[in-house]
Amino acid sequence: MTYLQIGIIYCLLAIIVDLLILKTKVLKLKMFWISYIIVLFFQFLTNGVLTRFLIVRYNDFATIGGDYTTKVPPLIGDGRLFFAPVEDVFFGFSMILLTVSIWIWLGRKNIQREPISGPPPKWWPKDRWYGTKN
Amino acid sequence: MSKLSYLGVLAFILLGTVWLEIIMQAKVLRKLKRLILTLIPVVILFVIWDYYAITNNHWFFDETKTTGIILIGFLPLEELLFFITVPIASLLSFEAVRSVIREPAGDEK
Repeated sequence: MTYLQIGIIYCLLAIIVDLLILKTKVLKLKMFWISYIIVLFFQFLTNGVLTRFLIVRYNDFATIGGDYTTKVPPLIGDGRLFFAPVEDVFFGFSMILLTVSIWIWLGRKNIQREPISGPPPKWWPKDRWYGTKN
Repeated sequence: MSKLSYLGVLAFILLGTVWLEIIMQAKVLRKLKRLILTLIPVVILFVIWDYYAITNNHWFFDETKTTGIILIGFLPLEELLFFITVPIASLLSFEAVRSVIREPAGDEK
């Protein structure tokens, strides 16, 4: 199997776990997607370092793009996104969704359900952010 | 670039998120049992993927930029730490966002 195929399988697995097995339905939460966008930005940043400096290398038979085992991959293009293989997005997404889903499920099963997170610091602009749906 | 390069990236991820536990009251690290029980299945699933990827040469690691410590025959120390660090960082981010976007997830009181 290629990296993309495994990535898609893991994403499907994570989605099935979230929606059908644990029924946590994290995918329907606005706050999940907001935090995912933030995490994705930092994934691009840190993974960019790991791949730009060839700390982690991918063989071309496994990835969509060309051979960058001995040379610096492109910033964007040839199957690369911020130096890393685009497949890494599937890797990251499945890891994050699975993690949050299991975390919420354990809370629902009364495993350290409380205390809930928050409140944010006093200087946080309450009228703009806080209490959207409370 | 030293043998600690990969570990340095992991340290950055951890330092970049642990402050959320206190400043945003993410309350992830103080729920240690719930955190460990979350990490166990995630680590197992991704070690399996890593095993397949490493043994089939999908990816490999620069020996001059990693510690060279290999666990259970194939797993670089950094990879195991990645599978612990990234889920923790993800949960800290999720709970930090939740502390301001209060949306019901069914695990509150």
